[in-house]
Amino acid sequence: MAASEQEILEGLAEIVNEETGIPTGDVQPDKSFTDDLDIDSLSMMTIVVNAEEKFGVRIPDDDVKGLSTVGDAVAYIQKASA
Amino acid sequence: MTESRLTDAQRVVVTGLGATTPLGGDVASTWEGLLAGRSGVKALTEDWVDLLPVSIAAPVAVEPSEVLPVPQTKRMDRSGQFALIAAREAWAHAGAPEVDPERKGVVIASGIGGVTTLLSAYDTLKERGARRVLPMTVPMLMPNGPAAVVGLELTARAGVHTPVSACSSGAEAIAYAADMIRSGRADVVAAGGTEAAIHVLPLAGFAAMQALSTRNDEPQRASRPYDKGRDGFVLGEGAGVVVLETLEHARARGATIYAEVAGQGITSDAHHMAQPDPVGAGAARAMQEAVRSAGAEPGDVVHINAHATSTPVGDVAEDKAIRAALGDATDGACVSGTKSMTGHLLGAAGAVEAIATILALHHRTAPVTTNLEDIDDDVTLDVVRGEPRELPEGGLGLNNSFGFGGHNVALAFRTV
Repeated sequence: MAASEQEILEGLAEIVNEETGIPTGDVQPDKSFTDDLDIDSLSMMTIVVNAEEKFGVRIPDDDVKGLSTVGDAVAYIQKASA
Repeated sequence: MTESRLTDAQRVVVTGLGATTPLGGDVASTWEGLLAGRSGVKALTEDWVDLLPVSIAAPVAVEPSEVLPVPQTKRMDRSGQFALIAAREAWAHAGAPEVDPERKGVVIASGIGGVTTLLSAYDTLKERGARRVLPMTVPMLMPNGPAAVVGLELTARAGVHTPVSACSSGAEAIAYAADMIRSGRADVVAAGGTEAAIHVLPLAGFAAMQALSTRNDEPQRASRPYDKGRDGFVLGEGAGVVVLETLEHARARGATIYAEVAGQGITSDAHHMAQPDPVGAGAARAMQEAVRSAGAEPGDVVHINAHATSTPVGDVAEDKAIRAALGDATDGACVSGTKSMTGHLLGAAGAVEAIATILALHHRTAPVTTNLEDIDDDVTLDVVRGEPRELPEGGLGLNNSFGFGGHNVALAFRTV
């Protein structure tokens, strides 16, 4: 069974916290990875690869560019794992 | 008498010290260990030890993960973590000087660079595929990574450099930094060396050269410079960083001055890739140049922190080199082999031992050389053993560092 939106958000927040130290509570759907969370492209790639492993999905590099907010990533992962 | 011929705007002084070593997580605990004759050498417990003829090393006393937050440690090779810890201590110790970033430099050397990052990334590639290799792998494994880490930390824009000359790298960094200041490129430079190579592959390589001690049953007695029973060096890790500036700049801001970088000599052997010149001609020239450029005479040298790695060939070659450089004045200088306690920190050795030399002059106390029970018949030096030795007022302290490839660096310090 695919993970719920809330489960993906929580899992993603854990990955972001592990990579950057940002508190999990700050990783909210409306937050921009770059503008709000100050995550650079190198950390973003690590987060993406860790998310792929955790949720069993594949996120091609070209699609990563379209994931500007946490909510975008959650929706992408949910759709990809459905 | 040792007197500088330079102006206060040309003389380079040391105003801050920082270190993380097998004896302690800072300079104070390291210095205390060097005076007490404490050993940082331990039996290794990693699984891969069974693959090697050597199962001892000198890891840092304080793990960087106890000092740095996790996200920071994940983006930095262990050697970068050591450098950052030592640089932060040195900069704070110097009183965190206010300097225009464009007048601030960093020179952090490494002998081997991010070797553990390189090897673990290769393991990841083989076991989990290219996509799992971390995007920070290259910045973490490049030898200039630690210098860049410190340059970012201090906002240094006068230049960030990484001399690489094996086991003389750390001393070469200090010499390079002093030149940066003397030539007018920078007002303040953080300089030193870092190394984090306690890993199965470097150990296997050094063991294949028969360079390492195999006194596995007695780790604390394994590093024994000048002793008849010495059988090689013990691999250590850590970092040392000093803050350098002109005497004029230091006085203007009321900084505490620990010593002057009075002179330096850098030469090369062109004799053999890994063996020292048996008569130590290149090493002797480095020492002579360090004394000469300090405006001093061999008779001014009161203390030498020797390279003294505890290898059968190297210790005797250095003895000959010191005597060739200083002649009869050799007998007026007491010699400390601090690797007997720290092990050999490779690219960090010259920096950590420069700090030991500076503190020996500052406190007028030479550290001990431990494990020297039966001195080699071919060693003629006055080696400090048993108890630390009180140093006379004035004079020069020399710090010798030699590296595979035939690199020789001698630094001359004096109190101001």
